[in-house]
Amino acid sequence: MNINDKLATLKYNKDKESHLSVNNDICINCKEKYCTFICPANVYEWNTNKCELTIRYENCLECGACKIACSKKNINWKYPNAEHGVKFKNG
Amino acid sequence: MNTNKVDVIVVGAGPSGVSAAITIAKSGKKVLIVDRSDAAGEKNMFGGAIYAKQTAEIFPEFWNSAPIERAITEQRIYMLTDADSTLLSYRYASKGSYKAFSVFRSKWDKWCIEQAVKAGAYYAPKTIVRELILENGHVTGIKTDLEDFHADIIILADGVNSLLASSIGLKKELKDSDVTVNVKEVLQLPKERLQDRFNIDDEDGVAAKIMGGPLKNMFAMGFLYTNKDTISIGVGVSLDELKKNCIKPYELLEEMKEHPSIAPLIKDAKIIEYSSHMLPEGSFDNIAKVYDNRVMVAGDAAGFVDNMHFEGTNLAMLSGKLAGETAVFAIDRGDFSASTLSMYYKKLEKSIIIKDLKTHNNTIATLKNNIETITSLYPELACEFFETLTAADEIPKKDKYKKFLLKVIKSGCIRKTIPLGVFAMEKCLKR
Ligand SMILES: Cc1cc2nc3c(=O)[nH]c(=O)nc-3n(C[C@H](O)[C@H](O)[C@H](O)COP(=O)(O)OP(=O)(O)OC[C@H]3O[C@@H](n4cnc5c(N)ncnc54)[C@H](O)[C@@H]3O)c2cc1C
Ligand code: SF4
Ligand code: SF4
Repeated sequence: MNINDKLATLKYNKDKESHLSVNNDICINCKEKYCTFICPANVYEWNTNKCELTIRYENCLECGACKIACSKKNINWKYPNAEHGVKFKNG
Repeated sequence: MNTNKVDVIVVGAGPSGVSAAITIAKSGKKVLIVDRSDAAGEKNMFGGAIYAKQTAEIFPEFWNSAPIERAITEQRIYMLTDADSTLLSYRYASKGSYKAFSVFRSKWDKWCIEQAVKAGAYYAPKTIVRELILENGHVTGIKTDLEDFHADIIILADGVNSLLASSIGLKKELKDSDVTVNVKEVLQLPKERLQDRFNIDDEDGVAAKIMGGPLKNMFAMGFLYTNKDTISIGVGVSLDELKKNCIKPYELLEEMKEHPSIAPLIKDAKIIEYSSHMLPEGSFDNIAKVYDNRVMVAGDAAGFVDNMHFEGTNLAMLSGKLAGETAVFAIDRGDFSASTLSMYYKKLEKSIIIKDLKTHNNTIATLKNNIETITSLYPELACEFFETLTAADEIPKKDKYKKFLLKVIKSGCIRKTIPLGVFAMEKCLKR
């Protein structure tokens, strides 16, 4: 089962604005791009054409791992606004 | 009196926060507990099982009314190799004395906060604390998106990330090696089939740990819990290992689910929820500074986890209770200084929390240093042993066992086990 099918089981209330942001200039020079594989919701993807980090913040599970994993401390991480983000029915 | 002023504010309505709030409310003090989720528990995930004895200290006889799934009556350890497995199982009669229960956080946390409200606590859901209010360098309140609240004492029970404890310098920034990333799926299966498959009766349940196989040679552990008509299955892996091995956590879970010894357990079960959460690795050197003037830190926020024994909620509840007791004492005294609140740390030291954290201080580092022995070599030798024992063939038994023994010696198993044995002995015997 791929990650999109897993994420499709979840209830989200998408916020208008992203609660995650980066300075793309730093990402351009980042070799490892840890955020693109350690994230359990596959939120980050490197867009080679645009030379830009795509952030699908609406899929975020709010675990906090990316904030720690980015060795450049480049992820501005906060909780989504109240009543937004993911909701676990079971958890 | 300012309507937004209470005796104590508790941030976070997980097991630690709720236990603190109940303890304070029961003593007649004014306590406000806030949580960022719409309904308590909806942002939380764990394995998992709560522990009966320690939970009952906060919620006496909770099993009569709380939303529990199953009483855990069997503990299994799956030692996997690439294709085979050795299974250890300990089964006990549940009747009369319960050890643990599988629960879902979303349901459990909701029930717990109801008990806190019944005890007299004020509860504000949908409330994110973005910042702490400081006056003369001391914490005096919380800033939320809507309004500010003030209190004599603030208890930070905001979980593993604890942005708040970090913001006032009580907690160091987490490093890759301080946390595990956990992913879990809840898989649905008709109750009868689930019970037949796990060989359990109506109320009974299985908790399992899974090591080796796809998880070999890294600090990663699988887990499985049976619920009423669902199975919780997941894997936790140290963030530094994810980075080192370039692994996606959900792919690791898929590999584990496909192992020939695991796949039949979840066959035909339909996924109803995927989730993720971090867990602190739990060692004494990494705990937060847990008190200062007018503030205390409890539960995961403080780093109170015993990863070796899958204990977290029990330590969270206990630390919340001890912080709550300390807050009540301080309010009665009218003194919220760090020196009065140091009583919290003294209570923690007397409890299992600090004792166990000290015992486990470098356990995880030692396990990581010996990870191949534990996750590859031991499962392989265990399977090899059973293979030798059970293969009815033409080879004389003496030759077979000699071959097995030579293999054990050649593998370096004895030499590799010595440091682990010495380490364990030191831990148990050192005063
Ligand atoms: C995969 C996994 C399996 C586990 N299995 C087990 C198990 O089987 N048994 C066991 O005993 N333990 C287990 N644990 C550990 C256990 O879940 C934790 O130790 C426990 O939940 C800690 O409780 P807590 O109250 O300190 O924190 P949490 O339960 O994390 O609660 C923190 C609360 O604070 C809220 N919050 C956070 N920040 C803010 C803010 N700024 N403003 C307002 N609210 C905020 C959150 O919404 C949350 O409700 C497991 C953990 C994981 C990840
Ligand atoms: S790891 Fe950090 S710096 Fe590198 S791509 Fe990701 S966010 Fe950018
Ligand atoms: S918080 Fe967790 S789920 Fe969200 S983007 Fe970061 S790593 Fe991914």
